[in-house]
Amino acid sequence: MTLVAKGLVVPQDRGWRIGRGLPYLLAAVMVLICLLMVLPLVAAFLASLKTPAEAAAVPPTYLPHSLSLDSYQRLWAYQAGMPVYLWNSFATAMLTIAFTLALGIPAGFALARFPLPMKEGLFVLLLLALIVPYQALLTPTFLMFAKLGLTNSVLGLAIIHTAIQFPFSIYILRNGFESIPIELEEAAVIDGCTPFQILLRIALPMLMPAVVTVSLFAFITSWNEFLGALVMMSKQDSFTLPLILAAARTETSLGGTDWGMLQAGVMISIIPCVAIYLLLQKYYVAGLTKGAVK
Amino acid sequence: MSNIYRTKQSRRAGVLLIAPAVVFVGLFTLVPFLVMIWVSFHNWSLITPPKWVGLKNFEKAFSDRQFWISLTFTLKYTALLTPILMIGGYLIALLVAQNTPLRRVMRTVVFTPVVIGLGASSLLWYWLFATDAGLINKVLLDLGLISERVIWLGTDATRSNLAVIASITWKVIGFGMILFVAAIQSIDGEIIEASKIDGASFWQRVWHIILPLTLKTVLLVTLVSVIGSLLAFDQFYIMTAGQPRNQTATSVFYVYLNSFPYLKLGYGAALSLILAGIVLVFTVAQMMLSRRAQG
Repeated sequence: MTLVAKGLVVPQDRGWRIGRGLPYLLAAVMVLICLLMVLPLVAAFLASLKTPAEAAAVPPTYLPHSLSLDSYQRLWAYQAGMPVYLWNSFATAMLTIAFTLALGIPAGFALARFPLPMKEGLFVLLLLALIVPYQALLTPTFLMFAKLGLTNSVLGLAIIHTAIQFPFSIYILRNGFESIPIELEEAAVIDGCTPFQILLRIALPMLMPAVVTVSLFAFITSWNEFLGALVMMSKQDSFTLPLILAAARTETSLGGTDWGMLQAGVMISIIPCVAIYLLLQKYYVAGLTKGAVK
Repeated sequence: MSNIYRTKQSRRAGVLLIAPAVVFVGLFTLVPFLVMIWVSFHNWSLITPPKWVGLKNFEKAFSDRQFWISLTFTLKYTALLTPILMIGGYLIALLVAQNTPLRRVMRTVVFTPVVIGLGASSLLWYWLFATDAGLINKVLLDLGLISERVIWLGTDATRSNLAVIASITWKVIGFGMILFVAAIQSIDGEIIEASKIDGASFWQRVWHIILPLTLKTVLLVTLVSVIGSLLAFDQFYIMTAGQPRNQTATSVFYVYLNSFPYLKLGYGAALSLILAGIVLVFTVAQMMLSRRAQG
Protein backbone atom coordinates (compact mmCIF):
# COMPACT_ATOMS: atom_id res chain seq x y z
CA MET A 1 0.00 0.00 0.00
CA THR A 2 1.04 3.57 -0.60
CA LEU A 3 0.56 4.30 3.07
CA VAL A 4 3.55 2.12 3.82
CA ALA A 5 5.62 3.90 1.19
CA LYS A 6 4.73 7.25 2.68
CA GLY A 7 5.79 5.98 6.06
CA LEU A 8 2.33 6.51 7.50
CA VAL A 9 2.04 2.84 8.33
CA VAL A 10 5.08 1.32 9.93
CA PRO A 11 6.28 -2.04 8.67
CA GLN A 12 6.52 -4.86 11.18
CA ASP A 13 10.16 -4.55 12.28
CA ARG A 14 10.03 -0.82 12.96
CA GLY A 15 6.60 -1.35 14.45
CA TRP A 16 8.13 -3.14 17.41
CA ARG A 17 10.08 -0.10 18.48
CA ILE A 18 7.12 2.24 18.30
CA GLY A 19 4.89 -0.57 19.45
CA ARG A 20 6.46 -0.63 22.88
CA GLY A 21 4.46 2.41 23.92
CA LEU A 22 1.40 1.33 22.02
CA PRO A 23 -0.19 -0.93 24.66
CA TYR A 24 -0.13 1.99 27.11
CA LEU A 25 -1.66 4.33 24.56
CA LEU A 26 -4.41 1.83 23.78
CA ALA A 27 -5.04 1.24 27.48
CA ALA A 28 -5.31 5.00 27.98
CA VAL A 29 -7.82 5.29 25.13
CA MET A 30 -9.84 2.43 26.57
CA VAL A 31 -9.90 3.97 30.04
CA LEU A 32 -10.96 7.30 28.54
CA ILE A 33 -13.85 5.74 26.62
CA CYS A 34 -14.94 3.79 29.70
CA LEU A 35 -14.94 7.04 31.70
CA LEU A 36 -17.07 8.76 29.06
CA MET A 37 -19.56 5.90 29.24
CA VAL A 38 -19.67 5.68 33.03
CA LEU A 39 -19.49 9.34 34.08
CA PRO A 40 -23.03 10.31 33.00
CA LEU A 41 -24.42 7.49 35.12
CA VAL A 42 -22.21 8.41 38.07
CA ALA A 43 -23.21 12.06 37.73
CA ALA A 44 -26.91 11.15 37.72
CA PHE A 45 -26.43 8.92 40.76
CA LEU A 46 -24.60 11.67 42.65
CA ALA A 47 -27.24 14.23 41.65
CA SER A 48 -29.95 11.97 43.04
CA LEU A 49 -28.15 12.04 46.41
CA LYS A 50 -27.82 15.83 46.63
CA THR A 51 -30.03 17.89 48.91
CA PRO A 52 -32.87 19.67 47.04
CA ALA A 53 -31.10 23.03 47.29
CA GLU A 54 -27.84 21.64 45.97
CA ALA A 55 -29.55 19.69 43.17
CA ALA A 56 -31.07 22.96 41.97
CA ALA A 57 -27.83 24.94 42.34
CA VAL A 58 -26.60 27.10 39.48
CA PRO A 59 -23.88 26.36 38.51
CA PRO A 60 -24.18 22.71 39.54
CA THR A 61 -21.67 21.04 41.85
CA TYR A 62 -19.67 18.01 40.71
CA LEU A 63 -19.78 16.14 44.01
CA PRO A 64 -22.54 16.39 46.60
CA HIS A 65 -21.50 18.41 49.66
CA SER A 66 -23.78 16.34 51.82
CA LEU A 67 -25.69 13.18 51.07
CA SER A 68 -29.44 13.05 51.31
CA LEU A 69 -32.19 10.66 50.33
CA ASP A 70 -34.62 13.55 50.04
CA SER A 71 -34.95 13.20 46.28
CA TYR A 72 -35.93 9.55 46.61
CA GLN A 73 -38.49 10.44 49.28
CA ARG A 74 -40.05 13.11 47.08
CA LEU A 75 -40.05 10.69 44.17
CA TRP A 76 -41.62 7.93 46.26
CA ALA A 77 -44.55 10.19 47.16
CA TYR A 78 -44.81 11.85 43.74
CA GLN A 79 -48.42 12.04 42.45
CA ALA A 80 -50.08 8.64 42.99
CA GLY A 81 -46.85 7.37 44.57
CA MET A 82 -44.00 5.43 43.07
CA PRO A 83 -45.38 2.00 44.12
CA VAL A 84 -48.31 2.50 41.74
CA TYR A 85 -46.07 3.27 38.77
CA LEU A 86 -43.52 0.60 39.62
CA TRP A 87 -46.35 -1.90 39.85
CA ASN A 88 -47.79 -0.83 36.47
CA SER A 89 -44.39 -1.20 34.82
CA PHE A 90 -43.66 -4.48 36.56
CA ALA A 91 -47.10 -5.99 35.85
CA THR A 92 -46.89 -4.99 32.19
CA ALA A 93 -43.43 -6.53 31.86
CA MET A 94 -44.47 -9.78 33.55
CA LEU A 95 -47.59 -10.09 31.39
CA THR A 96 -45.47 -9.39 28.32
CA ILE A 97 -43.11 -12.24 29.24
CA ALA A 98 -46.08 -14.54 29.95
CA PHE A 99 -47.80 -13.77 26.62
CA THR A 100 -44.54 -14.04 24.70
CA LEU A 101 -43.77 -17.49 26.09
CA ALA A 102 -47.35 -18.81 26.00
CA LEU A 103 -47.74 -17.87 22.33
CA GLY A 104 -44.15 -18.13 21.16
CA ILE A 105 -43.09 -21.54 22.51
CA PRO A 106 -45.89 -23.57 20.84
CA ALA A 107 -45.58 -21.55 17.64
CA GLY A 108 -41.79 -21.95 17.57
CA PHE A 109 -42.19 -25.71 18.12
CA ALA A 110 -44.76 -25.95 15.32
CA LEU A 111 -42.57 -23.98 12.89
CA ALA A 112 -39.46 -25.99 13.71
CA ARG A 113 -40.94 -29.47 13.60
CA PHE A 114 -44.42 -29.82 12.11
CA PRO A 115 -45.71 -29.96 8.56
CA LEU A 116 -48.01 -26.95 8.32
CA PRO A 117 -50.23 -25.72 5.54
CA MET A 118 -48.77 -22.52 3.99
CA LYS A 119 -45.82 -22.63 6.37
CA GLU A 120 -43.81 -19.87 4.68
CA GLY A 121 -46.86 -17.61 4.67
CA LEU A 122 -47.53 -18.23 8.35
CA PHE A 123 -43.92 -17.45 9.23
CA VAL A 124 -44.08 -14.17 7.31
CA LEU A 125 -47.36 -13.29 9.03
CA LEU A 126 -45.77 -13.88 12.42
CA LEU A 127 -42.91 -11.56 11.41
CA LEU A 128 -45.35 -8.89 10.16
CA ALA A 129 -44.39 -6.48 12.93
CA LEU A 130 -40.93 -6.30 11.35
CA ILE A 131 -42.42 -5.02 8.13
CA VAL A 132 -44.92 -2.58 9.65
CA PRO A 133 -43.27 -0.74 12.54
CA TYR A 134 -45.52 -0.47 15.58
CA GLN A 135 -44.95 3.27 15.72
CA ALA A 136 -47.03 3.46 12.54
CA LEU A 137 -49.80 1.26 13.94
CA LEU A 138 -50.56 3.13 17.14
CA THR A 139 -53.54 5.11 15.86
CA PRO A 140 -55.60 2.10 14.73
CA THR A 141 -54.47 0.08 17.74
CA PHE A 142 -55.61 2.87 20.00
CA LEU A 143 -59.03 3.02 18.30
CA MET A 144 -59.40 -0.72 18.64
CA PHE A 145 -58.29 -0.80 22.26
CA ALA A 146 -60.61 2.07 23.13
CA LYS A 147 -63.52 -0.05 21.85
CA LEU A 148 -62.31 -3.13 23.72
CA GLY A 149 -61.70 -1.24 26.96
CA LEU A 150 -57.99 -2.02 26.79
CA THR A 151 -56.70 1.54 27.09
CA ASN A 152 -55.38 2.52 30.51
CA SER A 153 -54.87 -1.15 31.25
CA VAL A 154 -51.64 -3.05 31.82
CA LEU A 155 -53.21 -5.94 29.93
CA GLY A 156 -53.62 -3.81 26.80
CA LEU A 157 -50.12 -2.38 27.07
CA ALA A 158 -48.66 -5.87 27.56
CA ILE A 159 -50.41 -6.97 24.36
CA ILE A 160 -48.70 -4.12 22.47
CA HIS A 161 -45.33 -4.92 24.00
CA THR A 162 -45.74 -8.61 23.12
CA ALA A 163 -46.61 -7.66 19.54
CA ILE A 164 -43.56 -5.36 19.26
CA GLN A 165 -41.24 -8.10 20.46
CA PHE A 166 -42.97 -10.99 18.66
CA PRO A 167 -40.86 -11.33 15.50
CA PHE A 168 -37.69 -11.51 17.58
CA SER A 169 -39.26 -13.98 20.03
CA ILE A 170 -40.58 -16.30 17.34
CA TYR A 171 -37.30 -16.24 15.48
CA ILE A 172 -35.20 -17.10 18.55
CA LEU A 173 -37.62 -19.77 19.80
CA ARG A 174 -37.95 -21.47 16.41
CA ASN A 175 -34.17 -21.59 16.02
CA GLY A 176 -33.92 -22.85 19.60
CA PHE A 177 -36.15 -25.82 18.77
CA GLU A 178 -34.30 -26.47 15.53
CA SER A 179 -31.00 -26.72 17.39
CA ILE A 180 -32.30 -29.55 19.62
CA PRO A 181 -31.27 -32.96 18.23
CA ILE A 182 -34.43 -34.61 16.94
CA GLU A 183 -33.27 -38.10 17.98
CA LEU A 184 -34.48 -37.44 21.52
CA GLU A 185 -37.95 -36.70 20.26
CA GLU A 186 -37.92 -39.76 18.03
CA ALA A 187 -37.11 -41.93 21.04
CA ALA A 188 -39.97 -40.30 22.95
CA VAL A 189 -42.41 -41.06 20.12
CA ILE A 190 -41.39 -44.70 20.18
CA ASP A 191 -42.09 -44.66 23.91
CA GLY A 192 -45.59 -43.46 23.10
CA CYS A 193 -45.41 -39.72 23.93
CA THR A 194 -47.86 -37.34 22.24
CA PRO A 195 -46.51 -34.14 20.63
CA PHE A 196 -47.64 -32.10 23.64
CA GLN A 197 -45.85 -34.43 26.04
CA ILE A 198 -42.72 -34.19 23.91
CA LEU A 199 -42.90 -30.40 24.01
CA LEU A 200 -43.28 -30.23 27.77
CA ARG A 201 -41.00 -33.07 28.88
CA ILE A 202 -38.28 -33.31 26.23
CA ALA A 203 -37.96 -30.13 24.20
CA LEU A 204 -38.78 -27.42 26.74
CA PRO A 205 -36.03 -28.30 29.24
CA MET A 206 -33.50 -28.12 26.42
CA LEU A 207 -34.93 -24.86 25.15
CA MET A 208 -34.08 -22.98 28.35
CA PRO A 209 -31.34 -20.72 26.88
CA ALA A 210 -33.75 -19.48 24.20
CA VAL A 211 -36.50 -19.00 26.79
CA VAL A 212 -34.20 -16.95 29.00
CA THR A 213 -33.07 -14.83 26.04
CA VAL A 214 -36.62 -14.16 24.88
CA SER A 215 -37.85 -13.35 28.40
CA LEU A 216 -34.92 -11.03 29.00
CA PHE A 217 -35.61 -9.04 25.82
CA ALA A 218 -39.35 -9.00 26.55
CA PHE A 219 -38.67 -7.56 30.00
CA ILE A 220 -36.24 -4.90 28.82
CA THR A 221 -38.50 -3.86 25.92
CA SER A 222 -41.59 -3.64 28.09
CA TRP A 223 -39.94 -1.92 31.05
CA ASN A 224 -38.48 0.77 28.83
CA GLU A 225 -41.12 1.22 26.13
CA PHE A 226 -42.38 4.78 25.92
CA LEU A 227 -44.48 5.75 22.89
CA GLY A 228 -47.02 2.92 23.13
CA ALA A 229 -47.54 3.66 26.81
CA LEU A 230 -47.82 7.38 26.07
CA VAL A 231 -50.63 6.70 23.60
CA MET A 232 -52.49 4.03 25.55
CA MET A 233 -52.22 5.29 29.12
CA SER A 234 -53.96 8.64 29.56
CA LYS A 235 -55.08 8.31 33.19
CA GLN A 236 -52.29 9.26 35.49
CA ASP A 237 -52.69 6.29 37.82
CA SER A 238 -52.18 3.92 34.90
CA PHE A 239 -48.84 5.52 33.93
CA THR A 240 -45.77 3.34 33.70
CA LEU A 241 -42.43 4.42 35.09
CA PRO A 242 -41.09 6.10 31.91
CA LEU A 243 -44.35 8.09 31.57
CA ILE A 244 -44.42 9.43 35.09
CA LEU A 245 -40.73 10.36 34.87
CA ALA A 246 -41.30 12.23 31.61
CA ALA A 247 -44.20 14.00 33.31
CA ALA A 248 -41.99 14.82 36.31
CA ARG A 249 -39.60 16.60 33.96
CA THR A 250 -41.85 19.64 34.18
CA GLU A 251 -42.26 19.34 37.95
CA THR A 252 -40.68 22.25 39.77
CA SER A 253 -39.02 22.59 43.12
CA LEU A 254 -37.63 25.88 44.40
CA GLY A 255 -38.77 27.52 41.19
CA GLY A 256 -36.91 25.25 38.74
CA THR A 257 -37.11 21.69 37.48
CA ASP A 258 -36.70 19.19 40.32
CA TRP A 259 -33.44 17.76 38.99
CA GLY A 260 -32.68 15.71 42.07
CA MET A 261 -35.99 13.88 41.93
CA LEU A 262 -35.68 13.39 38.17
CA GLN A 263 -32.28 11.74 38.48
CA ALA A 264 -33.56 9.61 41.37
CA GLY A 265 -36.23 8.43 38.93
CA VAL A 266 -33.62 7.74 36.26
CA MET A 267 -31.73 5.59 38.78
CA ILE A 268 -34.85 3.63 39.81
CA SER A 269 -35.66 3.06 36.17
CA ILE A 270 -32.24 1.82 35.04
CA ILE A 271 -31.24 -0.31 38.02
CA PRO A 272 -33.38 -3.37 37.13
CA CYS A 273 -32.18 -3.31 33.51
CA VAL A 274 -28.51 -2.99 34.37
CA ALA A 275 -28.77 -5.63 37.12
CA ILE A 276 -30.50 -8.14 34.85
CA TYR A 277 -28.05 -7.42 32.05
CA LEU A 278 -25.02 -7.97 34.28
CA LEU A 279 -26.50 -11.23 35.59
CA LEU A 280 -27.61 -12.61 32.22
CA GLN A 281 -25.06 -10.97 29.92
CA LYS A 282 -24.40 -14.24 28.06
CA TYR A 283 -28.05 -14.57 27.04
CA TYR A 284 -28.30 -10.94 26.08
CA VAL A 285 -25.35 -11.07 23.73
CA ALA A 286 -26.57 -14.41 22.32
CA GLY A 287 -29.95 -12.84 21.59
CA LEU A 288 -28.36 -9.91 19.81
CA THR A 289 -26.00 -11.92 17.64
CA LYS A 290 -28.64 -14.52 16.77
CA GLY A 291 -31.71 -12.36 16.46
CA ALA A 292 -31.12 -8.68 16.01
CA VAL A 293 -29.27 -8.65 12.72
CA LYS A 294 -30.09 -11.96 11.16
CA MET B 1 -38.36 -32.59 8.46
CA SER B 2 -38.35 -35.82 10.35
CA ASN B 3 -40.90 -38.59 9.86
CA ILE B 4 -42.14 -38.61 13.42
CA TYR B 5 -44.13 -35.42 12.90
CA ARG B 6 -45.51 -36.47 9.55
CA THR B 7 -48.56 -38.35 10.83
CA LYS B 8 -52.08 -37.06 10.43
CA GLN B 9 -52.35 -36.62 14.17
CA SER B 10 -49.30 -34.40 14.33
CA ARG B 11 -50.50 -32.34 11.39
CA ARG B 12 -53.47 -31.39 13.58
CA ALA B 13 -51.20 -30.86 16.58
CA GLY B 14 -49.04 -28.49 14.54
CA VAL B 15 -52.01 -26.37 13.57
CA LEU B 16 -53.21 -26.27 17.17
CA LEU B 17 -49.76 -25.24 18.37
CA ILE B 18 -49.38 -22.34 15.98
CA ALA B 19 -53.01 -21.16 16.01
CA PRO B 20 -52.84 -18.92 19.13
CA ALA B 21 -49.83 -17.02 17.77
CA VAL B 22 -51.46 -16.57 14.37
CA VAL B 23 -54.67 -15.28 15.96
CA PHE B 24 -52.66 -12.92 18.16
CA VAL B 25 -50.65 -11.42 15.32
CA GLY B 26 -53.77 -11.30 13.15
CA LEU B 27 -55.71 -9.38 15.80
CA PHE B 28 -53.04 -7.03 17.05
CA THR B 29 -50.83 -6.40 14.02
CA LEU B 30 -52.70 -7.34 10.83
CA VAL B 31 -56.10 -5.89 11.81
CA PRO B 32 -54.62 -2.55 12.97
CA PHE B 33 -52.68 -2.41 9.71
CA LEU B 34 -55.86 -2.89 7.66
CA VAL B 35 -57.77 -0.43 9.85
CA MET B 36 -54.98 2.09 9.31
CA ILE B 37 -55.30 1.80 5.54
CA TRP B 38 -59.07 2.28 5.84
CA VAL B 39 -58.74 5.26 8.20
CA SER B 40 -56.18 6.93 5.92
CA PHE B 41 -58.92 7.40 3.29
CA HIS B 42 -61.18 9.21 5.77
CA ASN B 43 -61.42 12.40 7.74
CA TRP B 44 -62.06 11.47 11.32
CA SER B 45 -61.78 13.32 14.60
CA LEU B 46 -63.42 10.73 16.89
CA ILE B 47 -66.21 13.21 17.67
CA THR B 48 -67.75 13.20 14.18
CA PRO B 49 -68.25 9.98 12.17
CA PRO B 50 -65.51 9.16 9.63
CA LYS B 51 -66.00 10.77 6.23
CA TRP B 52 -64.59 9.28 3.00
CA VAL B 53 -62.09 11.65 1.37
CA GLY B 54 -60.22 9.31 -0.99
CA LEU B 55 -56.57 10.24 -1.45
CA LYS B 56 -56.98 13.76 0.00
CA ASN B 57 -54.95 12.95 3.12
CA PHE B 58 -52.00 11.82 1.02
CA GLU B 59 -52.22 14.87 -1.23
CA LYS B 60 -52.36 17.05 1.84
CA ALA B 61 -49.16 15.52 3.20
CA PHE B 62 -47.18 16.54 0.13
CA SER B 63 -48.18 20.17 0.44
CA ASP B 64 -47.90 20.18 4.24
CA ARG B 65 -44.86 22.24 5.17
CA GLN B 66 -44.51 20.71 8.62
CA PHE B 67 -44.56 17.20 7.13
CA TRP B 68 -41.51 18.07 5.03
CA ILE B 69 -39.80 19.82 7.93
CA SER B 70 -40.27 16.70 10.06
CA LEU B 71 -39.14 14.33 7.33
CA THR B 72 -36.08 16.42 6.45
CA PHE B 73 -35.16 16.76 10.09
CA THR B 74 -35.49 13.00 10.62
CA LEU B 75 -33.30 12.32 7.58
CA LYS B 76 -30.72 14.84 8.78
CA TYR B 77 -30.67 13.19 12.21
CA THR B 78 -30.27 9.75 10.60
CA ALA B 79 -27.55 10.91 8.20
CA LEU B 80 -25.51 12.49 10.99
CA LEU B 81 -25.99 9.76 13.58
CA THR B 82 -25.47 6.62 11.48
CA PRO B 83 -21.83 7.20 10.45
CA ILE B 84 -20.91 8.19 14.01
CA LEU B 85 -22.44 4.99 15.37
CA MET B 86 -21.01 2.71 12.70
CA ILE B 87 -17.47 4.10 12.47
CA GLY B 88 -17.24 4.75 16.21
CA GLY B 89 -18.70 1.34 17.02
CA TYR B 90 -16.34 -0.39 14.61
CA LEU B 91 -13.25 1.38 15.96
CA ILE B 92 -14.18 0.47 19.52
CA ALA B 93 -14.85 -3.10 18.36
CA LEU B 94 -11.33 -3.28 16.84
CA LEU B 95 -9.97 -2.02 20.13
CA VAL B 96 -11.75 -4.58 22.31
CA ALA B 97 -12.19 -7.62 20.05
CA GLN B 98 -9.47 -9.63 21.81
CA ASN B 99 -10.52 -11.54 24.91
CA THR B 100 -8.38 -9.95 27.60
CA PRO B 101 -9.85 -9.07 31.02
CA LEU B 102 -9.59 -5.30 30.46
CA ARG B 103 -11.26 -5.59 27.05
CA ARG B 104 -14.05 -7.76 28.43
CA VAL B 105 -14.75 -5.15 31.11
CA MET B 106 -14.72 -2.41 28.50
CA ARG B 107 -17.21 -4.28 26.31
CA THR B 108 -19.56 -4.57 29.28
CA VAL B 109 -19.13 -0.90 30.17
CA VAL B 110 -19.70 0.37 26.62
CA PHE B 111 -22.70 -1.89 26.18
CA THR B 112 -24.44 -1.04 29.47
CA PRO B 113 -26.31 2.07 28.21
CA VAL B 114 -27.88 -0.07 25.47
CA VAL B 115 -29.98 -1.96 28.02
CA ILE B 116 -31.32 1.08 29.85
CA GLY B 117 -34.44 2.78 28.59
CA LEU B 118 -34.38 5.46 25.94
CA GLY B 119 -36.73 7.43 28.18
CA ALA B 120 -34.37 7.17 31.14
CA SER B 121 -31.28 8.03 29.10
CA SER B 122 -33.07 10.99 27.52
CA LEU B 123 -34.06 12.32 30.96
CA LEU B 124 -30.48 11.89 32.11
CA TRP B 125 -29.14 13.85 29.14
CA TYR B 126 -31.96 16.39 29.38
CA TRP B 127 -30.44 17.26 32.72
CA LEU B 128 -26.79 17.09 31.55
CA PHE B 129 -27.63 19.50 28.71
CA ALA B 130 -29.75 21.80 30.89
CA THR B 131 -28.64 25.41 30.52
CA ASP B 132 -28.27 26.40 34.16
CA ALA B 133 -28.16 23.25 36.26
CA GLY B 134 -26.59 20.99 33.61
CA LEU B 135 -23.12 19.55 34.01
CA ILE B 136 -22.12 19.86 30.36
CA ASN B 137 -22.15 23.65 30.44
CA LYS B 138 -20.35 23.50 33.78
CA VAL B 139 -17.59 21.25 32.39
CA LEU B 140 -17.20 23.31 29.21
CA LEU B 141 -17.03 26.55 31.23
CA ASP B 142 -14.48 25.09 33.66
CA LEU B 143 -12.35 23.89 30.75
CA GLY B 144 -12.61 27.32 29.17
CA LEU B 145 -14.12 25.94 25.97
CA ILE B 146 -17.11 28.28 26.17
CA SER B 147 -17.36 31.69 27.77
CA GLU B 148 -21.03 31.66 28.67
CA ARG B 149 -23.71 29.00 29.11
CA VAL B 150 -25.05 27.51 25.91
CA ILE B 151 -28.77 26.88 25.51
CA TRP B 152 -28.46 23.40 24.04
CA LEU B 153 -32.03 22.23 23.81
CA GLY B 154 -35.14 23.74 22.32
CA THR B 155 -33.98 27.09 20.88
CA ASP B 156 -31.91 26.09 17.88
CA ALA B 157 -32.80 23.05 15.78
CA THR B 158 -29.22 22.17 14.77
CA ARG B 159 -27.83 22.57 18.27
CA SER B 160 -30.69 20.52 19.70
CA ASN B 161 -30.07 17.86 17.09
CA LEU B 162 -26.38 17.67 17.99
CA ALA B 163 -27.18 17.39 21.69
CA VAL B 164 -29.63 14.56 21.06
CA ILE B 165 -27.12 12.85 18.76
CA ALA B 166 -24.49 13.02 21.52
CA SER B 167 -26.91 11.39 23.94
CA ILE B 168 -27.93 8.67 21.48
CA THR B 169 -24.30 7.96 20.60
CA TRP B 170 -23.66 7.32 24.27
CA LYS B 171 -26.81 5.23 24.50
CA VAL B 172 -26.41 2.91 21.50
CA ILE B 173 -22.79 2.87 20.31
CA GLY B 174 -22.37 -0.40 22.23
CA PHE B 175 -25.02 -2.09 20.11
CA GLY B 176 -22.94 -1.99 16.94
CA MET B 177 -19.76 -2.63 18.90
CA ILE B 178 -20.97 -5.90 20.40
CA LEU B 179 -22.13 -7.23 17.02
CA PHE B 180 -18.93 -6.10 15.30
CA VAL B 181 -16.88 -7.82 18.01
CA ALA B 182 -18.83 -11.04 17.42
CA ALA B 183 -18.19 -10.76 13.66
CA ILE B 184 -14.49 -9.97 14.09
CA GLN B 185 -14.04 -12.87 16.51
CA SER B 186 -15.64 -15.28 14.07
CA ILE B 187 -12.89 -14.62 11.48
CA ASP B 188 -10.64 -17.63 11.06
CA GLY B 189 -7.50 -16.96 13.13
CA GLU B 190 -5.27 -18.57 10.50
CA ILE B 191 -6.08 -15.86 7.98
CA ILE B 192 -4.98 -13.22 10.46
CA GLU B 193 -1.82 -15.17 11.32
CA ALA B 194 -0.96 -15.58 7.65
CA SER B 195 -1.29 -11.84 7.06
CA LYS B 196 0.95 -11.13 10.04
CA ILE B 197 3.61 -13.45 8.63
CA ASP B 198 3.30 -11.62 5.33
CA GLY B 199 4.15 -8.44 7.21
CA ALA B 200 0.82 -6.64 6.88
CA SER B 201 0.41 -3.73 9.28
CA PHE B 202 -2.56 -3.51 11.61
CA TRP B 203 -4.45 -1.06 9.42
CA GLN B 204 -3.68 -3.05 6.28
CA ARG B 205 -5.13 -6.10 8.00
CA VAL B 206 -8.22 -4.12 9.01
CA TRP B 207 -8.74 -2.71 5.53
CA HIS B 208 -7.96 -5.78 3.43
CA ILE B 209 -9.06 -8.64 5.66
CA ILE B 210 -11.14 -7.77 8.71
CA LEU B 211 -13.44 -5.21 7.13
CA PRO B 212 -14.27 -7.24 4.00
CA LEU B 213 -14.94 -10.35 6.10
CA THR B 214 -17.30 -8.48 8.44
CA LEU B 215 -18.91 -6.33 5.78
CA LYS B 216 -22.22 -8.19 5.90
CA THR B 217 -22.57 -7.53 9.61
CA VAL B 218 -21.63 -3.89 9.09
CA LEU B 219 -24.33 -3.49 6.43
CA LEU B 220 -26.96 -5.26 8.53
CA VAL B 221 -26.19 -3.20 11.63
CA THR B 222 -26.24 -0.05 9.49
CA LEU B 223 -29.72 -0.92 8.23
CA VAL B 224 -31.01 -1.75 11.73
CA SER B 225 -29.56 1.53 12.95
CA VAL B 226 -31.03 3.56 10.06
CA ILE B 227 -34.49 2.06 10.66
CA GLY B 228 -34.22 2.89 14.35
CA SER B 229 -33.22 6.49 13.59
CA LEU B 230 -36.00 6.98 11.05
CA LEU B 231 -38.46 5.97 13.77
CA ALA B 232 -36.94 8.20 16.47
CA PHE B 233 -39.39 9.67 18.94
CA ASP B 234 -38.68 9.28 22.69
CA GLN B 235 -35.43 11.23 22.72
CA PHE B 236 -36.95 14.26 20.96
CA TYR B 237 -40.24 14.14 22.86
CA ILE B 238 -38.32 14.23 26.13
CA MET B 239 -35.28 16.37 25.32
CA THR B 240 -36.68 19.02 22.96
CA ALA B 241 -40.47 18.44 22.94
CA GLY B 242 -40.16 19.26 19.21
CA GLN B 243 -39.05 22.82 19.95
CA PRO B 244 -38.31 25.31 18.55
CA ARG B 245 -41.64 25.55 16.68
CA ASN B 246 -41.80 21.82 15.85
CA GLN B 247 -38.48 22.07 14.00
CA THR B 248 -37.14 19.11 15.95
CA ALA B 249 -40.36 17.10 15.73
CA THR B 250 -39.37 13.86 13.96
CA SER B 251 -41.67 12.03 11.55
CA VAL B 252 -43.03 9.74 14.24
CA PHE B 253 -43.45 12.80 16.45
CA TYR B 254 -45.53 14.51 13.75
CA VAL B 255 -47.66 11.39 13.28
CA TYR B 256 -48.19 11.33 17.03
CA LEU B 257 -49.11 15.04 17.14
CA ASN B 258 -51.68 14.65 14.37
CA SER B 259 -53.21 11.47 15.69
CA PHE B 260 -53.46 12.26 19.37
CA PRO B 261 -53.31 15.85 20.52
CA TYR B 262 -54.84 17.14 17.23
CA LEU B 263 -57.14 14.08 16.73
CA LYS B 264 -56.76 14.18 12.94
CA LEU B 265 -56.92 10.41 12.80
CA GLY B 266 -57.25 10.07 9.03
CA TYR B 267 -54.34 12.38 8.35
CA GLY B 268 -52.26 10.70 11.04
CA ALA B 269 -52.93 7.31 9.45
CA ALA B 270 -51.93 8.58 6.00
CA LEU B 271 -48.68 9.96 7.43
CA SER B 272 -48.09 6.62 9.19
CA LEU B 273 -48.44 4.79 5.90
CA ILE B 274 -46.01 7.10 4.13
CA LEU B 275 -43.50 6.65 6.94
CA ALA B 276 -44.02 2.87 6.96
CA GLY B 277 -43.37 2.88 3.21
CA ILE B 278 -40.07 4.73 3.64
CA VAL B 279 -38.95 2.38 6.40
CA LEU B 280 -40.03 -0.64 4.34
CA VAL B 281 -37.33 0.07 1.75
CA PHE B 282 -34.67 -0.42 4.42
CA THR B 283 -36.44 -3.38 6.00
CA VAL B 284 -36.63 -5.21 2.68
CA ALA B 285 -32.95 -4.51 2.07
CA GLN B 286 -32.20 -5.89 5.53
CA MET B 287 -34.26 -9.03 4.95
CA MET B 288 -32.70 -9.74 1.57
CA LEU B 289 -29.23 -9.27 2.98
CA SER B 290 -29.82 -11.46 6.03
CA ARG B 291 -31.37 -14.20 3.91
CA ARG B 292 -28.21 -14.19 1.85
CA ALA B 293 -26.17 -14.26 5.05
CA GLN B 294 -27.89 -17.48 6.10
CA GLY B 295 -28.09 -19.26 2.79
